[in-house]
Amino acid sequence: MRDTILFKYVLSLGDDALISAQRLAQWAYKAPFLEEDIALSNISLDLFGRANFLLEYAAELKGENTTADDLAFKRDERKFTNLLMCEHPNGNFADTIVCRFFLDAYDKLFFYTLSKSRDKQLASIAAKAIKETTYHYRHSSNWVIRLGDGTEGSHRKVQEAINNLWTFTGEFFKMTQTDIVMMKKKVGVDRKALKIEWDKTINDVCKEATLRIPENSFMTTGGREGIHTEHLGHLLSDMQYLQRAYPDATW
Amino acid sequence: MVKAVSKDFIWELLEKIPDPEIPAVSIVDLGITREVIFKDDQIHITITPTYSGCPAISFMKKEIVRSLEQNGINNYQIHTTLSPPWTTDWMSDEVKAKLSDAGIAPPGKLVHCPQCDTKNVEVISEFGSTACKALYKCNDCQEPFHHFKQF
Repeated sequence: MRDTILFKYVLSLGDDALISAQRLAQWAYKAPFLEEDIALSNISLDLFGRANFLLEYAAELKGENTTADDLAFKRDERKFTNLLMCEHPNGNFADTIVCRFFLDAYDKLFFYTLSKSRDKQLASIAAKAIKETTYHYRHSSNWVIRLGDGTEGSHRKVQEAINNLWTFTGEFFKMTQTDIVMMKKKVGVDRKALKIEWDKTINDVCKEATLRIPENSFMTTGGREGIHTEHLGHLLSDMQYLQRAYPDATW
Repeated sequence: MVKAVSKDFIWELLEKIPDPEIPAVSIVDLGITREVIFKDDQIHITITPTYSGCPAISFMKKEIVRSLEQNGINNYQIHTTLSPPWTTDWMSDEVKAKLSDAGIAPPGKLVHCPQCDTKNVEVISEFGSTACKALYKCNDCQEPFHHFKQF
């Protein structure tokens, strides 16, 4: 392999996009109304596209004729290094909106910095991602405001979602060894440095939405090390079923 | 077999390939085909995806291959590039007019109804039947229509 650290780095970003995309796709035909069904499916497609770019690059770095599909369908749970937020079950509509809102706000900052990476391939994938993420962020943040500043019931549900998901936000800014090496090479992003701006964004939107942000509580981490919540295995069993049952099946 | 063809001929072929989801415009109109280069007896065609998740990109690639091979051209390579990222700014006024004629409000800051040209319109959904379109309604003529998003 040409560069193990870079491979691990690109793979983790690919996993974030892939697992988020698969999770969002589970809303297809089940969303509260047709327009929203289409919106969530479209966002999911953008994320699948991003996952494809990143996993193709990771596969190229790995060599040995590896393909993006091998990485998506033939790795076990412990080999996935996505952030835990991405694998969180959809729950109700407010749960999904809050989950996407936290991630979209993070992605906007992350990909902006990554677009300046010394690694040309990562920089161009990031530049493409920013444009789409800006749109996704508008969608999720508008919904947080509408639901938060909406009815008593919608306010309660979105507040509960914030309270429940807050524990997975600490991981966004926790630097791993891989992050540190990549940052020093000016390839990767200093995720810790994104926290101030992210906090500000979340505060501003929540204020407008009349929502409360929880006091800093215990943060659940582990995704980047392959230590996941119980939910990822179930997601993979569904996503990987066909390639596991019929290895190398093609259309 | 290497066939002698001109660059213009290749562009002409590409201009005949419609976008699979918006057949009123071609893949050249939309700025998906970025470059045609002749190098070492090979024709290098570079394309760029619109949205990352656009499911039409692999179909477009197949259409390019089909069109080239139908014309006896086998010495080609198709490349995909992400940089610079695709933008609706590459669309000419002529192409925007084609979209408008097809009932799709073209990209731009001000959205006009493609039927009656009024600016009295409202968004129904930011996401339409494809990633690149939003759903609008005209408050004057009451017709729903698609808007090709500024991107």
